[in-house]
Amino acid sequence: MPDGAVIEFSNITKTFGTVTAVNDLSFTVEPGRVTGFLGPNGAGKTTTLRMLLGLVAPTSGTATIGGIRYRDLPRPLQTVGAALEAASFHPGRTARNHLAVYARAAGLPAARIDAVLHLVGLSAHGGQRVGGYSLGMRQRLGLAFTLLGDPGVLVLDEPINGLDPEGIKWIRGFLRAMADEGRTVLVSSHLLSEVQQSVDDVIIIATGALVHRGTLASLETEAAPRILVDSPDRTALAAALGHAGIEFSVGRTGLLAAAPDAALIGHVAFLAGVELSALHRERKGLEEAFLALVNGGGDTHGNETGNASGGESR
Amino acid sequence: MTSFSRAIGAEFAKIGTTRMWWILAAVMFGYIALLAGGLSALFAGIESGAISPDAVGSGSQGLPSFGSLPPLIYSFASSIGYVFPVLLGALATTGEFRHQTLTPTFLANPRRGQVLGAKTIALFVMGAVLGVVALLASVGVGALVIGAFGLDPLLGESATWALIGRTVLAMAVWATIGVGLGVLVPSQVASIVIVLAFTQFVEPLLRFASLFTEVTQGIGNYLPGAASDALVGASFFTLAAPGGTAAAMLEWWQGGLVLLAYAIAATVIGYMVSWKRDVT
Ligand SMILES: Nc1ncnc2c1ncn2[C@@H]1O[C@H](COP(=O)(O)OP(=O)(O)OP(=O)(O)O)[C@@H](O)[C@H]1O
Ligand SMILES: [Mg+2]
Repeated sequence: MPDGAVIEFSNITKTFGTVTAVNDLSFTVEPGRVTGFLGPNGAGKTTTLRMLLGLVAPTSGTATIGGIRYRDLPRPLQTVGAALEAASFHPGRTARNHLAVYARAAGLPAARIDAVLHLVGLSAHGGQRVGGYSLGMRQRLGLAFTLLGDPGVLVLDEPINGLDPEGIKWIRGFLRAMADEGRTVLVSSHLLSEVQQSVDDVIIIATGALVHRGTLASLETEAAPRILVDSPDRTALAAALGHAGIEFSVGRTGLLAAAPDAALIGHVAFLAGVELSALHRERKGLEEAFLALVNGGGDTHGNETGNASGGESR
Repeated sequence: MTSFSRAIGAEFAKIGTTRMWWILAAVMFGYIALLAGGLSALFAGIESGAISPDAVGSGSQGLPSFGSLPPLIYSFASSIGYVFPVLLGALATTGEFRHQTLTPTFLANPRRGQVLGAKTIALFVMGAVLGVVALLASVGVGALVIGAFGLDPLLGESATWALIGRTVLAMAVWATIGVGLGVLVPSQVASIVIVLAFTQFVEPLLRFASLFTEVTQGIGNYLPGAASDALVGASFFTLAAPGGTAAAMLEWWQGGLVLLAYAIAATVIGYMVSWKRDVT
């Protein structure tokens, strides 16, 4: 069983000309857990991962795997498996030959090729030229490349893009299984909802800087609480909330009130004599907390869990 | 196995798993066989009397004496065929940029200099293979045609075999020049345009123009095509010199060193301008 290793970024920065793609980023990724690496488009996720993998040279700072830079790893593919967003295949090569080239370079036995094709569900298409592959099949082939060396560390850039629902379900179970085996799993996405079912920890960046790191649960507790409340007489309910000074917005199934708990809203309604037809905590808090963090930009950069601003309902 | 020998194996696997090399080999074979066969028939026909010199225009006084004909025909393998190994080398390198396969390549082996070295070695061997194919066309077809006219194809001469051996070497080095060009100009389209324009147009013109004065002739000898011809030891240009004076070429080993210098210079500069850059 391959062992996971700690991934560590310390003060890593990358500038492209005048653009600062990644700005003084520091965080660690632990083995045995699935870590979501989140941020909106252009946040610097891909650049950060490419720096980890020695493909992009950092302007300053370091990125290591088990304390070793990628380019110094004695057996890179057997240590780290990486799938990056851009599909990197020669269209005229078959999937099996594509894998064979890199298995040769890494000194891996040919038996691994069929093993990984089978793992990602491409056994029947291994002899097909990659030029004829669909987006989802390319994603799977990218994943097959990742697994070639049976590495203890997995680095996946937007692996869910282009997968069908069955594929998404499969990859979620797969990531979980990998982490449960003790491997380190770092998976990027620009959508929290895409990975929230499968991650333990989250690292959130915006415009190249860290805005949040911690467990998924910590993000949830930070989410600004919102209460969904409805009444047969919505106008009266709205008036009552307004009178009590509680902010709210009108949702499809009722009013979304910015309040710490449901009891307060119930009390306000009771005092105003308004009948309620619904009253419960809104469950969308995670996504909202995420959006508030990334829209806040890098101003809370470097902070630990617990003092992220934002989360107000609009 | 060391990581370097694995890297070489991977580079061979890359070439072997796409169709490019044998498409180039097939086109090259046809092209050279056609020219070698056609010109052998023409010259051997005249020499043997099967074709009257008057039938081919202004007479034969400009034609080479027959003794130099077989080597001239045989040297088509490199003097005409050299563009093919250059293309193979350039495509092998620029393809990595174009299809973004540098990412898995450098993930599997982050020692980039080693990867480029392995690619150079693999292409050197593939260039030699193309050299053999080119010789099958020039010597194989040429000698058959010359022999068919009852003339001596000079296959027993050691000089002929020296030419054959040095042609293989020249073609091998040309493939590594292609690798160097590919890292120097990673854009595949630009690379192909440069190869075709330079080999088919710019260099022949420069070489021909350089023949008019002694100074430029000395410089012209250092053009890659001239160096290659010097290495091989026979060339169409040595016969086409104005005034009929055979241009003084470099020694064969000098030509080989000049050619090698082009390959090394292009590869080293290319390594710095593109190969070690960020892969994004
Ligand atoms: N090669 C490059 N040259 C110039 N700028 C670049 C280059 N690569 C990335 N950038 C810039 O760096 C920033 C971060 O890009 P990056 O691709 O890392 O973001 P990302 O978080 O992966 O985004 P996405 O979710 O869209 O994949 C962007 O502003 C981008 O324009
Ligand atoms: Mg990206």
